[in-house]
Amino acid sequence: MLEIRELYKSFNVGTVNQKDVLRGLNFTIADGDFVTIIGGNGAGKSTLLNAVAGVWKPDSGVIYIDGNDVTNMSEYKRAKFLGRVFQDPMMGTAADMQIEENLALAARRGKRRGLGWQIRPGEREKYVKLLGTLGLGLETRLTTKVGLLSGGQRQALTLLMASLTQPKLLLLDEHTAALDPKTAAKVLEITDQLVEENHLTAMMVTHNMRDAIKHGNRLIMMNEGNIVLDIAGEDKKKLTVDALLDMFSKASGSEFSNDRAIL
Amino acid sequence: MALLGALPGAIAQGMIWGIMAIGVFVTFKILDVADLTVDGSICTGGAVCVMLVTRGVNVWLALFIAFLAGIAAGFFTGALHIFLGIPAILAGILTQLMLWSVNLKIMGKANQSLSARTHFVLISQLSPPLAILVLCGFLAVLIALLYWFFGTELGCSVRSTGCNRNMSRAQGINTGMTTILGLMLSNGIVALSGAMLTQYQGFADINMGRGAIVIGLAAVIIGEALTQRIFRGFIARLCGVVLGGIIYYIVYQTVIFLGLDTDLLKLLSAVVVAVFLGIPYIKKTYFSKVKKEAGGHA
Ligand SMILES: Nc1ncnc2c1ncn2[C@@H]1O[C@H](COP(=O)(O)OP(=O)(O)O)[C@@H](O)[C@H]1O
Ligand SMILES: [Mg+2]
Repeated sequence: MLEIRELYKSFNVGTVNQKDVLRGLNFTIADGDFVTIIGGNGAGKSTLLNAVAGVWKPDSGVIYIDGNDVTNMSEYKRAKFLGRVFQDPMMGTAADMQIEENLALAARRGKRRGLGWQIRPGEREKYVKLLGTLGLGLETRLTTKVGLLSGGQRQALTLLMASLTQPKLLLLDEHTAALDPKTAAKVLEITDQLVEENHLTAMMVTHNMRDAIKHGNRLIMMNEGNIVLDIAGEDKKKLTVDALLDMFSKASGSEFSNDRAIL
Repeated sequence: MALLGALPGAIAQGMIWGIMAIGVFVTFKILDVADLTVDGSICTGGAVCVMLVTRGVNVWLALFIAFLAGIAAGFFTGALHIFLGIPAILAGILTQLMLWSVNLKIMGKANQSLSARTHFVLISQLSPPLAILVLCGFLAVLIALLYWFFGTELGCSVRSTGCNRNMSRAQGINTGMTTILGLMLSNGIVALSGAMLTQYQGFADINMGRGAIVIGLAAVIIGEALTQRIFRGFIARLCGVVLGGIIYYIVYQTVIFLGLDTDLLKLLSAVVVAVFLGIPYIKKTYFSKVKKEAGGHA
């Protein structure tokens, strides 16, 4: 589903702040995989996801999504393959627009936007049903401005928007990091539910090792732009936080630097 | 008494500025871009209108062509901003400067008159009450069309671009194109107001747009202050903006009537707008206390 070959990306090239983040990264994800990604601060997790999303162009390398070479495809064009949820709950929705308007925007991802009315007959009923599955009471608040929702509600809505068009790949970048533990658990539950119902392939960055172990069928750990651990199948099911910490120090030769993760 | 007698005229003028303010609203409020093309495109609309109508072109067709001219101006600013990466404010200033020459070339000289006695025009200061009536109809159609457009899929993608560019791109919206589209629409409306103003006052002048953006912003700010308290619908907001234009113009006329040195008017307008634009920042920076909140990241 996703294939990355020899990906290089540096920031602030030619300045004293030059940062060579990705140096020849190779990475593939099979159809239907749910990959959780952990790693210390600055390990390059967001950089990897941003490269896939096309936020900027990589310095070199190739990225295929579902067999399509998207390396030179602009961010808005490759959006048709992707569903994205960000760390900041403010970032994934249009605050001044209504819940149903946000959903309608997402429903037209990858489609031509013409002069037809933004919400077609029958569409609203579909949204009511989908919002109902979130269990947050949003199904009765279709015309509420999204800016009035809580962070957790906004993340749940963004998740729903991201999965609305059955994307080839779901990109979740620490989408529960800004939420309190209870809300985070609820949003993760919704994540699992949507991934399962829609048979999505997903990449989920998380700062929480327990969540990384509990969710998905494959776990990778990044350090200094490299994938230092890649555990799938039965091995992943047996994984513990202690074993993971241990493997990290062996793989990287240092202590795990993200103390938020050891929870 | 003289002031009251001038009231219909002030209202008509205010409504024309209200049309322009709706154009400013489209960029400043919906698209979240400060576009300074306005000062030039309002005159372009007037220039196109005066030249066409005095040559016998039907006034409605002249209005339409003025609209297209404004759209072209907006496209130019958008292209400078999006295709060449020039900051929006600077792109607007560049287009505005270019339009100065273009407008002079359109009119052939700095001032062209359009007499309501010899040509058929929609509105004229010879009859302000009639002008108000025509402008009411004009505004009703304009607001209805905008309500429709911003309710369509395309219109919504312009709105979401102004609201959150990152999210819009993630939802597959070409934010560059929607930004250009918004600038085109805005300047088209501004040019229409220029064409109406020219008919009303009976001439187009190369200086007629100077400071227009400040008047537009003032009208938008007054309008938003009005509608934030009462209703919040889209149509109400646009009506508020028009009302803002009218209030601005009545205050303007009153100040003149009270004998204030007219040389100071632009200074006053700019100070008032600066204060209102600054209020949200002043509140946030100097008058807010840090909340003591428990917890943080989990
Ligand atoms: N747009 C950018 N400009 C400059 N440096 C960046 C940018 N994005 C990321 N970096 C740097 O790249 C490194 C990896 O960042 P990131 O991928 O965000 O890490 P994380 O694994 O915490 O998500 C960090 O050192 C960060 O400072
Ligand atoms: Mg990150």
